[in-house]
Formats: sequence, structure tokens, C-alpha cells
Amino acid sequence: MTQLLLFNVTNGLIVGAFYVLMALGLSLILNLSNVINFAHGGFLVIGGYIAYAITPYIGFWGALLVAPPLTAIIGLAVERVLIRPLYGRDPLYSLLLTFGLAFIIEDGTRFIFGAQGKPMTIPAFLSQSVSNELFFITWYRLFMVAVVVVAVTLLFVLLRYTRLGIRIRAGTLDLETVAALGINVQMLRSLNFAVGIYLAGLSGVLAAGQLGLEPTMGTGLLMPSFIAIIVGGIGSLPGTLAGGLLIGVASGLTAVFFPAASEAVIYVMMAVVLLIRPRGLFGEEGMMS
Amino acid sequence: MSTEQTRKLVVLAAIWIILISAPYWMVPLGGYTALATRVLVLGLAAMSLNFLLGFTGVLSFGHAAYFGLGAYGAGLTLKYLAASTPLALIAGIMLAGICGALLGMLIVRRRGVYFAMVTIAFGQVFYYIAFQWSSLTGGDDGLRGFSRQPLDFGAFKFDILSNEKNFYFFVLFCFALALGIMGFILRSPFGRTMIAIRENERRARFLGIPVERHIWIAFTLSCFFMGFAGALYALVNNFADPRGLHYSQSGDFVMMAVMGGMRNFWGPLLGAAVFVVLQDYLSSVTVNWMSFVGLLFVLVVLFFPRGLLGFLQRSKA
Amino acid sequence: MGPTQRPWSVDRRAILKTGAAIAAVQFASPYIIKARGESPVKIGFIDPLTGVYAAIAQSEVVGAKFATEEINKKGGILGRQVELLVEDSANDVGTGVQKARKLIERDGVNFIVGDVNSGIAIAIAQVTSEKKVLHIVGGGHSDIITGSSCNWNVFRVCNSTFMDANAIAATLMEKFGKKWYFLTPDYAYGHSVQDGFEKLLKAAGGTFSGSLVPLGTADYSAYLIQAKSYGPQVLINVMGGGDQVSSLKQFVQFGLDKQMAVGGTLFELETIRAVPDAARVGWWTMEWWWDQPGVPHVAEFNAAMKKITGGAATARNWFGYASVQTLALVANQEKTLDAPKLAHALSGYKLPPEIALQPGTPEYRAGDHELMSTVFAGEAHPPKGDPDNMFSVKNPVPGAKAAGPAEDTGCKIQWPA
Repeated sequence: MTQLLLFNVTNGLIVGAFYVLMALGLSLILNLSNVINFAHGGFLVIGGYIAYAITPYIGFWGALLVAPPLTAIIGLAVERVLIRPLYGRDPLYSLLLTFGLAFIIEDGTRFIFGAQGKPMTIPAFLSQSVSNELFFITWYRLFMVAVVVVAVTLLFVLLRYTRLGIRIRAGTLDLETVAALGINVQMLRSLNFAVGIYLAGLSGVLAAGQLGLEPTMGTGLLMPSFIAIIVGGIGSLPGTLAGGLLIGVASGLTAVFFPAASEAVIYVMMAVVLLIRPRGLFGEEGMMS
Repeated sequence: MSTEQTRKLVVLAAIWIILISAPYWMVPLGGYTALATRVLVLGLAAMSLNFLLGFTGVLSFGHAAYFGLGAYGAGLTLKYLAASTPLALIAGIMLAGICGALLGMLIVRRRGVYFAMVTIAFGQVFYYIAFQWSSLTGGDDGLRGFSRQPLDFGAFKFDILSNEKNFYFFVLFCFALALGIMGFILRSPFGRTMIAIRENERRARFLGIPVERHIWIAFTLSCFFMGFAGALYALVNNFADPRGLHYSQSGDFVMMAVMGGMRNFWGPLLGAAVFVVLQDYLSSVTVNWMSFVGLLFVLVVLFFPRGLLGFLQRSKA
Repeated sequence: MGPTQRPWSVDRRAILKTGAAIAAVQFASPYIIKARGESPVKIGFIDPLTGVYAAIAQSEVVGAKFATEEINKKGGILGRQVELLVEDSANDVGTGVQKARKLIERDGVNFIVGDVNSGIAIAIAQVTSEKKVLHIVGGGHSDIITGSSCNWNVFRVCNSTFMDANAIAATLMEKFGKKWYFLTPDYAYGHSVQDGFEKLLKAAGGTFSGSLVPLGTADYSAYLIQAKSYGPQVLINVMGGGDQVSSLKQFVQFGLDKQMAVGGTLFELETIRAVPDAARVGWWTMEWWWDQPGVPHVAEFNAAMKKITGGAATARNWFGYASVQTLALVANQEKTLDAPKLAHALSGYKLPPEIALQPGTPEYRAGDHELMSTVFAGEAHPPKGDPDNMFSVKNPVPGAKAAGPAEDTGCKIQWPA
């Protein structure tokens, strides 16, 4: 039993790491621009399919490096054209727009690539298990965790030590003052959005290697990201990190005892958090009133 | 009566005449009665949402949950309790309303983006319950094995099961009933307070209005109406399924309200009519109808944020 | 913000007016079309063309359209051309029911085919039996469609889950053993398949355990960990579509394929195409297969499908094809479009070889309206020669044998007066 538990907790952490990647991107965009990006799952799909399309030419590693920035560029274009006009308005509108965008992306992908699922080729050595004992940990999963760790570290370095990062953090707290200080807020929001979408694209490449490609693959990953943010606390990136890992582990644990509820449990967690500590684990009071 | 009032009365009369005669003028135009019934039911749902969204200024993006609860309430009643349509409707309304009241208490302190996210998440909780509790709800396959029962008025039976037109008029009657109550509430002091909160919440608070309590009541009322719409929907299909609870359904309702015009009482009905008819038409013509619907969302948000009625009203001014 | 300040200077009134004009024309057009020419016989085809079943639904449509062309070349139904009206149920019951009503009321279809999703198929069946329209379910597998929820006007081409389970259970038990572990999707179809297998396993004295997995699960580690610790001889994978892809990939990645066999009922060609070579393993049932050497007409059908889709013909292509062809055949035979008469004629109707595309002449059984189609049990493998040659038929089981007696299905057909 302890072995089963240990296995599942470890597994939960791995799954949680993936949620973290998605949720962080979503959180970045939410915190600075007050936009709930319903199309985040769609950008994951775009990232995955771009990787699928270019892998035959530059291989898996090439795709890993190139697909996320390409996705981010698409994100930049979307932000500039579709989302920028909505910044002053009620958050309802950006919600609706990204919602519609998600439809377009899903259908567009189906139109271009077909409804059929597509396999993604990953390097052979990654497809194997680490050992016979730990058979459920494949090298690919460890690789995913490694990528997430690197990405998260780079993100935090960006936010703490670069000018862009400091401005983003300042903007999250008080955008008006930042604008008053003469910083180009439009550019800031665009770049912030691009970083968020980069993370979504990266998630897409990783997901494609793990699950294969399908036009509908983004929708199932969107909700856990929301929940990670709510549980961790809106406005707090470390919170989102903790939230993602927590729901991954919770899901894994539940799968041992009550498999049918392993997805529902993250909603229950969210409900509990909202009841007991509405601002989330690391959220600050009044962040999103 | 002033010209303004006469004009309003004329418009109102015109709307009802169009609605009452719908089964007759729709058919030559390539419509069919079931489409009109669907427009009414989804229009009622959109109007229920707008009660909260347009008139109180509160964004709930998980409202389909109460729509679905209404549907399941009605379905379960018809399947397990009694073969009575009115009882099923009441059960659906109560189930949705009570859940709304309970949940509302938890979330009214939040606003804006956070509130929206929380309503989405709670909506999904209900979706999962419907999905997983398959012994009760039929899970992914949905709740079936029930159908709307003829209305027994003692003297005669009004067959709403096999007669499409009869069913349409029944739904129209329910629709009118719900609208009457909604309109009454909106015209009352409570309704005025809701609008005040929408316009400027802080000022309303300064005036001593218990804002959270008002929002909670508005939320609960909108859930009751939503449940009514959901129960009717279960009767339309003789079916209830989890997809009616999903946040994508909520998105559709919000879109209808926005597209028709949130500030107008009849706006969401117009939005629902356009949306349902468009979706019905597009999905027959092309497999890629989803792109067009998504495009519609994007275009409405960018160019017609006040909706069709808002646009028309502004150009008149 | 006035119009001059907008970054987009578009005349919104113009957009609205043009939109309204286009809409008006479109609404008027069906009325206009009715007025000209001889009216065709219409078949309404409802399937989830968008959503998670899109790939297999679209395969069915391809088969149906091809059938329509063939029928029209031979003169149509009762001398009238056949028109196939395809509608998207979007994997949503409300939409499916609405489209059914639309097709019947507005478009006046004479027949209905659909849906892949069993729940939607049953809901549509309620409408079609109410309106007395002949209804063929091409690809929805739930047992109750030809079982406890059967109807006089509903016939099915694809197999019931019991037929599939029955066709392969004995093979799995003989080849590998009687200790099984189920990986079952937690909804009616999954339960149905597992129930079928359980009955047969228990009768043979086997033992089993299993996991009920929520639909849309991406990560199967928890369930596979449990499977491994149970130590079965066979893992029965009941998952479908994308879930089956993920679960099989992970099964192989964890090296579990070296410790136990894998198998189940459906592993459709569309799904096999979506997994990497290493995961193309196991023992499954195909409801129809394109490579049947020695059986006439199959190669032509396969070639025709290949021309349209670029790949070999799949069972889903055949479902769509057979459904539409059945309607034409029985209508032309009985020289009528009256649903009750045609339904009576279809009870016990045998499909001719050029439509059946399998050994023998399967019939639509009178007791439950299920087509007694051959179940092709066999093994999946990486492509040999042809890129779509990923399955070898080892044991084709005649439908009647796989289905068991009609009385056991629980179907009691009540004919209209």
C-alpha cells in the first residue's frame, strides 16, 4: 500500500508540474492585464501542432526550441489585433472574445490537420521507463519535469532581475503608476502576453509528445489551470506554482482510493479553499476584489 | 399616454404578436416549430442570465449549471416521481434556485474577474457530479426514459407530447409567465436598486444599500428563472445531459445576452434568436460552423459590444 | 468613444444590412428550391462532425456519400434521385434531437441515419418513432439500442457491445489466461462492454479486477500501477478514441506489454493510425476490415474509399455505406416509402454480398433489428506492406454466433397498429 501511495504521489507531482506550466502562463496574463484567456488551451494546441509540423525537418529538439517562440509570435499578433481594443472595458468582453477565439482555433486546427489524432515522434530513449521498479516513470516524464523546472526558473529570473520583469511585477500591483512613470504600457502588456503564450506553446509541445495531437486536446487542460490559480491564490505566481503541484498530487492520491473522483477532487479542493481561505493559499487580500 | 408610452406599448404588442404567430410564419421561411420552441427556451435562459449580468452588472460565467440543474430536476421528477409536467417544472425550478441560493452565499463577496472564475469552477463541479453520478443521472449518456406528459385539465387533455404546435404554445405561456414576474421585479424598488448597484457600486454602498445581500438575492432569483428555462429544455428534448451544465453552454448564454443587448429587457431574446437560428443554419451548411460562431463572438465583442438593440437605440438618439 | 476615435473605421450599419440581406436570401431559398424540379428522396444523416468523435463520424459520412452516388447512378430510389442531408449533432443531445426534428419537419426526410454517440442515437430514436420515420443507427454501440430500448423503426448496422465481447473473449482466455484487469471508461458504453466480458469470464471460472476511468483522462499511471500490482494475464482496454491512444501508449511505455497481454473489443483503424508503432499491439475485434482476400467486391470498395480519403477503408466508412444502401435496397424492393411496411420488410432482410462486403449474407435479425455482421477478431501490429495493414484477422466470428439468442437482449418490439 505504501508503495502504491508513494508511486501515486510521485506521479501526481509529475502531472502537477505540467499543470504548473499551463497555469503560470494563464496567471501572468490574468495578473497584469485582467484578461481571462479562455483561448490558452487553444495556444497549447497551436504549439503542439506547430511542433508536429516542423519535427520532420528539425527533429524533436528543434521543435521544442522553435515551436514555443512561434506560438508566442502568434500570441503577439492576437494580442495586438484582438485583445488590445478591450483593455479599458469590462472583463466580460475579453472573456467572450477569448472564448470565441478558442472555438476558432479548435475548428481551424481540425480544418487544417483533420479531425484524426496524430502521433508525435519523440526520441526513442525518452520512451522507456527509468527502471523496472519505477516503471511508471518514463524518461520523457522526467524530461517534462526538467523542462518545467528550467522554464519556471527562467521565468522567475526574468521577473526578478530583468527590467521587463520588474515592470511586469510593478504593473501587476499598480498599472496606473507604471504608466505615469513613462513606461509604455501597451508594449508591456504585449510582451507579458507573449511570455504567457510562450509557456502555453511549450506546454503544447510537451503534451504532444505525451498524448499525441488532437484538435480538442486543449480544453481538458484549461480547467485544472484555472483551479491551480484559484487554489494558489490569484495574483501570486508562487501560489500558482504551489496550486498546480497540489492539485496534481491530490488527483494522484484520489486515483488510488476512488479513481472515478480523481478529476472531480480538484473541484472539491477549490470549493474548500474558497470556503476556508477565499484568497487562496498565497493570495493577497484584495488582489481581485 | 405620452407618445413614448404608446410607442412602448406598440412595440410590446408587436413582439407578442410575432411570438404567438411564430409557428405559422416560420414555416414558409424555412423554419420549423421545434426551432421556435428552442429559441424561446434558450431566450428565457439568456434573459435569466441577463437579470444578473445586464441589470445588476455581475458577471457569472457558470450559470449554465443552474440551467442543467433545472433540466435534471425536471427529468428526474418525470422519471422517478410522477408523470406530471407541472410538478417536473416546479422541481427543476426549486433545485436550481436552492443550489443557487446556497452557492451564492459563498461567492457574493467577490467581483469581476475572480467572481467569473469562481462561477465557472462551481459550474464545473455540478457538471462533474452529473457526469459521475451515473446511477442517478445516467452519466455521460444523459438522463432518458422520460417524456413530457400531456396536461390534464380535468375536462380535456392538452397534448404537448406529440403535437409540436401545442408544445410551442405551452412553452410560450411559461415564457410569458416568467417574463411577467421578471418584469415585475425589475420595475419594483428592488429592481431599481439592482440597477443602481450596476451603475456605481460604491455609491450604492454609501447610500446604505446592503450590496452583498442584494446581489445574493438577484443571483438566487436569476437561478430560479434559469432553472425554469432548464426544466423546459428537458421537456423539449425529453432528455437531460451533462453538456447542458458545461461552461461552454454558459458562454453561449452570455453571448446571446451581449449580442442582443444587455441593457435591454428583450435584448437577450433577440440575441438567442439570432444565435440559435444562425447556428442551426450554419451547421447544416458547413462542418466548420464552429469557426463562424467563434468569429461571431469576436466580431460582436469588437464591433457591437452593446449588442444589436444597443446599436439600434444609439443610432436613434 | 465616437466612431472617429475607433482604430477600426468600419461602417457597422453596412455590415448589419448586408448580413440581414444574406440571411433573408438563405431563409427564402429552401422555399424556392422546393418549387422546381422533381422532389428527391431525402435521407437525413446526423453525426457528431465536431467534437471528440469527429474523426469516426466523418468517416461514416464519406461512406454514406459514396453510397448515395452509387445509388443515384443506378437510378435512385423508386426512380427518384437520392439526396443526403448531413447534419452535425456536435456530440450534444439537444442539438441531435433538434436536427432530427428539423430534418423530419422542415426538410421532409424519408429516412434518418445516426448517431455515433449512443445517447444521442437513443434520443433521436424517440423522435423518429414518434414521427414514424425509418431509422438506422450506423455506429452507436450501446446494447440497449437493440435491447431494452429497441423500437420497431430502429435498425442497427454496427455490433452491440455484447457481440464484440463474445467474439473475442474465448480467444483471449485460451491464448493468455483467465485473470483479467479492466481499464474501463466510466460511462454506459464502457460498463456495457465490461458487463459483457464479465459474464463470459465468470462462466469460464475466471477472475478479474479493474478501474473505472473518467472520460478524457490524460494520465493512466495510477490505473496502470494498480494493474501491474494485480498481475493479470490480460489487460482489457475498453477505452475509446483519444483515451485509448493515451492509455495504450502509456501501457507500452511502462513496459507492461512485456508482462501481460492487452486486448479488448474496439481498436478502430482511425485510432490505430494515431498511436506510434510500439503501441500497435493486442487482440481486438474489428467490425469490418478492408483486407479480406477471397471475398468479392471488398477490394473495389477499398479502392474507392482510398481514392476519396487517401487511406484504406475503415469500418466506419462501411457503416455509413451499408446504412444508406440498406435503405435504398429495401425501398426499391418493396416499392414504397412507407416506414412500417419497410420496417417489416427489413426484419430478417439479408444484405447482398456487394453491400455486406464480408463472407456470408448477414441479416437484420427480426427479434432485435441488429445486423448479424461478422466480427473480425484478430491481432494488431505495426504496418506490414501497406501502411494501413495494421491488423490481421485471425478468427472471423459469424454475427449470429457472437450475438447469442435475440430473447436475451431484452428487446420486445411493438409494432404500430
